[in-house]
Amino acid sequence: MSLTTRRTRLAAAALAAVTAVGGLAACGSDDDSNSGEGGKPAKLVVDTFGEMGYDELVKQYEQQSGIKIELRKTAQLGEYRPKLVRYLATGRGAADVTALEEGILNEFKANPRNWVDLAPLIDDHSKEYLPWKWELGKAPDGRLIGLPTDVGSLAVCYRKDLFQAAGLPTERDQVSALWPDWNGFHAAGKKYKDATGKAFIDSITAVSNGVLFQQGSDLFYDKENNIIADSSPAVKAAWDTATSMSDISAKAATWSPEWSGGFKQGTFAATFCPSWMLGIVADNSGEANKGKWDVAAVPGGGGNWGGSWLAVPEQSAHQKEAAKLAEFLTNATSQVEAFKLKGPLPTNLEALKNEAFLSYTNEYFSDAPTGKIFGESVAKIEPVHLGPKHQAVKENALEPALRSFENGQANKDKAWEQFVKDAAIQGAF
Amino acid sequence: MSLSATTAPPSNVTPPGSEPPRRRGHLLNRLDLKYSPYLYIAPFFLIFGIFGLYPMLRTAWMSLHDWDMIGDNSFIGLDNYVALVKDDYFWNALFNTFGIFALSTIPQLLLALFLANLLNSTLLRAKTFFRLAIFIPNVVSVAAVAIVFGMLFQREFGLINWLLSFVGVDNIDWDGQRWSSWTAIATMVNWRWVGYNTLILLAGMQAIPKDLYEAASIDGAGPWRQFWQITVPMVRPTLIFVVILSTIGGMQLFTEPLLFANGSILGGNQREFQTLAMYMYEKGIENLNTAGYGAAVAWAIFLIIALMSLLNFLLVRRSAK
Repeated sequence: MSLTTRRTRLAAAALAAVTAVGGLAACGSDDDSNSGEGGKPAKLVVDTFGEMGYDELVKQYEQQSGIKIELRKTAQLGEYRPKLVRYLATGRGAADVTALEEGILNEFKANPRNWVDLAPLIDDHSKEYLPWKWELGKAPDGRLIGLPTDVGSLAVCYRKDLFQAAGLPTERDQVSALWPDWNGFHAAGKKYKDATGKAFIDSITAVSNGVLFQQGSDLFYDKENNIIADSSPAVKAAWDTATSMSDISAKAATWSPEWSGGFKQGTFAATFCPSWMLGIVADNSGEANKGKWDVAAVPGGGGNWGGSWLAVPEQSAHQKEAAKLAEFLTNATSQVEAFKLKGPLPTNLEALKNEAFLSYTNEYFSDAPTGKIFGESVAKIEPVHLGPKHQAVKENALEPALRSFENGQANKDKAWEQFVKDAAIQGAF
Repeated sequence: MSLSATTAPPSNVTPPGSEPPRRRGHLLNRLDLKYSPYLYIAPFFLIFGIFGLYPMLRTAWMSLHDWDMIGDNSFIGLDNYVALVKDDYFWNALFNTFGIFALSTIPQLLLALFLANLLNSTLLRAKTFFRLAIFIPNVVSVAAVAIVFGMLFQREFGLINWLLSFVGVDNIDWDGQRWSSWTAIATMVNWRWVGYNTLILLAGMQAIPKDLYEAASIDGAGPWRQFWQITVPMVRPTLIFVVILSTIGGMQLFTEPLLFANGSILGGNQREFQTLAMYMYEKGIENLNTAGYGAAVAWAIFLIIALMSLLNFLLVRRSAK
């Protein structure tokens, strides 16, 4: 009796140990259940941030290819990047098609072997996109790692009703004429503030972005990727213009709750809108403010804030199919569709000439002809050179320093010192 | 977390000499007697080895390298630690961590002690209800807590500023200064952990023999005096446990300040509330190419926690003598 119980006990103990180990081993193994019939994957995963307008396109592709597609959206780039880093560092978890933003593209290009060379997997599209945009999708070793999605051509989004209350013109051409340059913009802001007592723009970091990206030159890095943040004329221009506007700013940092709430509450009357921002402005302002927003030109001519590429990580189990999907999502028709849905501006030359694109008017923004406005400004974009840690310097050095000044935590000199110190730390590579 | 782990006295100790009589030397039997206990405890050690020990050793190894998260690495010895000692931002994070820790732990434990005493009272009805209710904040996800409190502490549309405006206080920019950001974060921590600590202390209090209180009552000691002279000294071991747990939690504070900063790893424009854990994340994961340095920060945190726990232990033990 006692013998059997003891045997059973021993067996049970062994079994427990084996299950524990076996269970762990099971966690570690790859599940290949992802493969469908004939080597075709059952499912492809797409990772995007912000609003890239792929919701409908993905459904279309599911129908035409028979592959199920999971669209994983992350709201902000700041949340998106660490996840991507984790996937790459651990070698698992990355989506088959991964969006890369221009601010972070360069640091990922520094290790191009993490990405599939798309050139052999798809047709040759090299002549079909904005030439500089296409070139930026290539790694230093010549591999094509990203297909161009959108560019962030700049404009100003403004609230017509608030402008009217302040005695400013409301019609978009007249509004654009108010600010041929940044001084004009500042003057309009002061007029608004004098009339209403309220802030005109959301934050001075938004201004600095606007100025920075219309310089068309080296920003934080020179062409050899040495950090030149403290001596760069482009940075200086952005700094000076931005700090001069703190008197008309609502001090609402982009993406903060004060910022997203501010759209609804009307705590500011204007903000800078790269094309992809239109969807975000509309979402934040809500249905109640439909038709109150409009789109005008940015002071000082064009400029490019943001824009992305689609890449396929080396760890994807279905590289060929993923490349095909990326090809589909970035083709002319898809880019026009995405633009209509959420506003990212096409980079495909055919899409930019497409009648449906050019004649598109955005209902939410008082039927503004956004296709025409942004389409024309694309030509004016001068490509800027972004170094490997551009995003880190911008987000973790320049913007905090500007906010320190804007919130009165530091005077202008102290804030600049803070920027120079942090730029050196954040920009080191 | 099983509450009984801290309070239940070891029960069912096999009395000596009750070992079963030896059977005819079956090999299996002997193996069983000797080794099966190890098999029983094996799962824990296996899991700890894989998920606890290995990452620690790996982190130590990484901290001796110049390590790029998604690229190459090279051995540089103790350079990361040397740089750490000279790093302003590391000391800033340490200062912030201790500040928030002090603001959250001290009021939290005092409050927990009083609440536990109340819940322990014989006069209270519906005890189970109140004991459950007080634990509820701890069940809520940290992220949800941080988001809700983040909204309460907003500058423009926040509830707290709105309430303060009735007593004539201007809008406070909660994340703009050290004191205000620390207060806001400590509030979240306190709200979430008071109930948890209360229950642990309550469990400790339940183990105090009732006759002590009866004797004290007969001698004329009031509830206040009973609390300080019986309850507090008797729950001292539990208190050590709670203090050490809070220290570990406090040193690792991450989610609340991160979400309070809208996801910015810097913790404020001038790093007013960047904690050690946030700094580790900034260097180790945000900045890709300084993963080795991040690992060094991780080990620094580990050493600080070990030191603090030892210190707590010594202090509390000493005062017990």
